[in-house]
Amino acid sequence: MAASAGLFTSSIGKKYLMGITGLAWSLFVLMHMAANLLIFVSPKAYNAYSHVLISNPFIYVAEAGLVLLLLIHVYNAIKLTLENRAARGERAFLTTSGAKGVSSASKTMAAQGSLILVFTILHLITFKYGTVYMASYDGVVMRDLHRLVLEVFQSPGYVGWYVVALVALGFHLSHGFQSSFQSLGLNHPRYTPAIKKIGLFYAVIVAAGFIAQPVYVFLVHKQ
Amino acid sequence: MSTTHKSLNLTLKVWRQKPGAPGRFVTYPARNISTDMSFLEMMDVVNQDLIKKGDDPIAFDHDCREGICGSCSMTINGNPHGPDRETATCQLHMRRFTEGETITVEPFRARSFPVIKDLAVDRAALDRIMAAGGFVSVSTGNAQDANNIPVAKENADLAFDAAACIGCGACVAACKNASAMLFVSAKISQLALLPQGQVERERRARNMIAQMDKEKFGNCTNTGACEAACPKGITMENMARTYREFLKAELSKRH
Repeated sequence: MAASAGLFTSSIGKKYLMGITGLAWSLFVLMHMAANLLIFVSPKAYNAYSHVLISNPFIYVAEAGLVLLLLIHVYNAIKLTLENRAARGERAFLTTSGAKGVSSASKTMAAQGSLILVFTILHLITFKYGTVYMASYDGVVMRDLHRLVLEVFQSPGYVGWYVVALVALGFHLSHGFQSSFQSLGLNHPRYTPAIKKIGLFYAVIVAAGFIAQPVYVFLVHKQ
Repeated sequence: MSTTHKSLNLTLKVWRQKPGAPGRFVTYPARNISTDMSFLEMMDVVNQDLIKKGDDPIAFDHDCREGICGSCSMTINGNPHGPDRETATCQLHMRRFTEGETITVEPFRARSFPVIKDLAVDRAALDRIMAAGGFVSVSTGNAQDANNIPVAKENADLAFDAAACIGCGACVAACKNASAMLFVSAKISQLALLPQGQVERERRARNMIAQMDKEKFGNCTNTGACEAACPKGITMENMARTYREFLKAELSKRH
């Protein structure tokens, strides 16, 4: 009789981990996207939001948590991709199509994920660890991220790269969001059709909201 | 759909492979194929031609030829069991194809399904998963009265739907990860939903999943290709049920 595969080391355990970490990051990107929209309010609102966020000591715990979740997600994704490629065997021929075809987003999660990971690292270098400008509002001195954002998105190459990466994020979420529910064992004919629709809506909203910022800066705040 | 008898001339690109040797595609003509034939009958005609010419006929699995045994296993133009949903290769009519068409026929491909010869693959890995827990214990003695154990109507229906799985392995062949999750989930669900399956419920979930991983099937990534390819309409709801079964079994185990 076979021994137990273990909760998190089994193929199902890896699904739980991908689902939980993916959902957590889905929530983060929604929050991040919503905060970005403050650029449409005012430079002060934009900078004050990030000031409040980074002056809270809890931010370090949150950041460490996010990094840990991402590491688990990426580690499992690499493991899954390698194992799954090997499991296919000799299959470099045709794939399912027509009535038996599946969404291209679900088939290219690893490629989208790799692109998003590279993007995330470069994005942190550009903004979080980028040039520090300071601004002062009502006597409070804070980082002027608004100025940096306006500066960075003058370059059409940068804006184009952001749009491509964020479209990839949209695709990733369009499969990932609803897929997480399935992985966590939540599938029911009454709720799953709605979850799938919400997942698609979520992906479009997040991607469009993110893309709005660089495109807006490039078109409206031309320096 | 036309009921008039017609015949087709087709070109087949068939995967030929001998044990232990690399395989390749070989092209064969399939002439005067009646549109009323099944895909397997068309293969029989092609094989008759090969035998007449003194060639080695194409090996393929088949048995009941009415969609209930799970033997037939061809990947037709990339789709396990061909283009139609809830249709096994043996139930696929040639009228689904058009005159002059080239059809690519491959085995059910997966590392865990080694090719025996040509289109016949060894699906014993699925049997070993069943042996690990896909059974119920029944005491010997007199047979119980029928319907002695009450079963909720809804559970009976869901168990019946899961029991429709014929274990053909199309889910594995359709999956880009060669995951056997849909097959395993159908078997776990069928027994978990019925009172007779309660005795081994937890260890069944753990042992069948462990054996599935041991057989080196891939990991499921929810593409849904399995559900689309399944000739028996097994749904991914069974997979979600299996994840709940597995979680419960893992969290409640005492040793």
